[in-house]
Amino acid sequence: MRETPLSNCERQFLLKGIEEKKRLDGRQTYDYRNIKIAFGTDYGCCIVDLGKTRVLAQVSCELVAPKENRPTEGILFLSLELSPMASPSFEPGRQSELLVKLNRLLERCLRNSKCIDTESLCVVSGEKVWQVRVDVHVLNHDGNLMDAASIAAIAGLSHFRRPDVGIQGDQVTVYSPEERDPVPLSIYHMPICVSFSFYLQGTYLLVDPCEREERVMDGLLVIAMNKHREICSIQSSGGIMLLKEQVLRCSKIASVKVSEITDLISKALENDRRARKEGGRCGFAESMPVERITVLKSDGAQIEMSDAEVGSEAVTMATESQSAEPLSEVGRVPSPVVRAPGAVQVGECLQNAWGLGEEEDEDDEEEEERLEMQEDNQRPMKSKSEVVVISDSEEEEVVILHPKKTQVKDSKPETKPEAPSKKKKKKKQPLH
Amino acid sequence: MAGLELLSDQGYRLDGRKPSELRKVQARMGVFAQADGSAYIEQGNTKALAVVYGPHEVRGSRSKTLHDRAVINCQYSMATFSTAERKRRPHGDRKSSEMSLHLKQTFEAAVLTQLYPRSQIDIYVKILQSDGGNYSACVNAATLAVIDAGIPMRDYVCACSAGFVEDTPLADLCHAEESGGGTSLALALLPRSGQIALLQMDARLHQDHLDPLIEAAMTACKGLSDVLDSVVRQHLQEVSVLTRD
Repeated sequence: MRETPLSNCERQFLLKGIEEKKRLDGRQTYDYRNIKIAFGTDYGCCIVDLGKTRVLAQVSCELVAPKENRPTEGILFLSLELSPMASPSFEPGRQSELLVKLNRLLERCLRNSKCIDTESLCVVSGEKVWQVRVDVHVLNHDGNLMDAASIAAIAGLSHFRRPDVGIQGDQVTVYSPEERDPVPLSIYHMPICVSFSFYLQGTYLLVDPCEREERVMDGLLVIAMNKHREICSIQSSGGIMLLKEQVLRCSKIASVKVSEITDLISKALENDRRARKEGGRCGFAESMPVERITVLKSDGAQIEMSDAEVGSEAVTMATESQSAEPLSEVGRVPSPVVRAPGAVQVGECLQNAWGLGEEEDEDDEEEEERLEMQEDNQRPMKSKSEVVVISDSEEEEVVILHPKKTQVKDSKPETKPEAPSKKKKKKKQPLH
Repeated sequence: MAGLELLSDQGYRLDGRKPSELRKVQARMGVFAQADGSAYIEQGNTKALAVVYGPHEVRGSRSKTLHDRAVINCQYSMATFSTAERKRRPHGDRKSSEMSLHLKQTFEAAVLTQLYPRSQIDIYVKILQSDGGNYSACVNAATLAVIDAGIPMRDYVCACSAGFVEDTPLADLCHAEESGGGTSLALALLPRSGQIALLQMDARLHQDHLDPLIEAAMTACKGLSDVLDSVVRQHLQEVSVLTRD
């Protein structure tokens, strides 16, 4: 099935929004969506959520004969698949342009930058080496597959353990995990892709475009970097004209984003390692958020008040005090929350993607955790620790200094009026 | 780096060039009579042939037709004898399809496609001998072929590769320099406006070195554009002499 074309109205609406530095999901220009990294019970299995984009990476290995020209090097094989499950426009068994592009980018990002030590994968020179195979499956497509795939692949590789081998004479023994502990791969560095989409002949730029934004973009620039600020690969695509300054600016943004994401991956790996060591429960079943239908929940749509008059503050407070919900506890005083008309949804995880800020997301999660604790206290705390949520906090935003940026979020008046002080609950700091 | 010294103490490269020096470029336009446009280019030992057909009606599936501009169809192939090891498949593997895709993107940016709605332009490129810088040779050959076909473009598209060895950017890499596993950057430039139509880089490079590397590649591209321009002018002169009487 060909994907439904975007109507001109919608296209214009999106572009207009981008021109005014507003995005459909309420993010800032340089914000990433929430990233969640979860590991499976098996080594080398990893699911990455980037907003609603979901990608699964599975790493496996087998003993093969090495390539003739490189007898002492193991092989890293990468394969990305776009299953029709992810989007109706993906057809099975067809090498689409997108698929070729993603596969090559992933290959260049991971293999050509030599992120793993392939020589350590050699068992018998010229005869047997390990072939490490990374299969990346796209489970849900909501834009920016490349970044999600690269995070999943590198997280999977870092998580993976290969069986230990012993050599006696010309006898090669592969030990099962019960006999000898499997060994991790030696990872030199973690290349991570950051995508930039360009609009209106490169005038506007967005980080981490979602599916809608990808469909109206003129072109894409993908920069893969590691946290040592080394660029591992650059690829521009789509018929856009870039200027050198734009590329350099993007590389600066990328370095900031990459260091955040690397920290997140290491944190997720650490959490998983701890969970395994303590013999606690790990795997997707534990780390995926439970979706239960227990409550009625209506989503609040936030109204941006950056250019509203101060005079409207009285009204603001009225709405605030009316809705004594945890949502307003976050302390974002001047933005009133308007209930979506007639849209009371059942279930916890049904979230309206419109205008939900990160803080609220975290708040939700916390709430959910509390709820769980109430219900069954015998459950170990561990259950939640698998999922690490990153959100771009405003402090991190400040690192990228660009005059063009409008700090919409920050534009609330500093003179916090004597609002019904719900500030007593401190704003939860994002984990990083 | 495989024990090869890519840059000598005196500052010369393997083949005796200076870091910013290009290889010898020789080009001819109008090499085939059948095609609408064709060109042959030699950049050092890299040899490429480009053929352009079109603009013509969209062939194959009609659904590809674009109502507001022309479709550009590119096919990149390498002759089986182009590399030291004989190639099994001239085209269709992952690398070739990626290259075709990049060529397509480059020319979509450069050709004024909106002048030919509902039509198609075919660009076929073949590498006859490969000695590094395949992408750039292809782009340069295709540019000449497109000009030969009389299809309007914004500007010449010139492409060049660049590498980075011992804190020195090297322009126009040869095969030995490319296969050493060092940084290599391919850049397609519209020289007059300084706009980058395609940028691609492999292997690790510190962020601070990106600027000089791109700068070196851009300078090399500008040099190439002068050569291409002189080739086009010379070709026109020859043709006009022939048609005068």
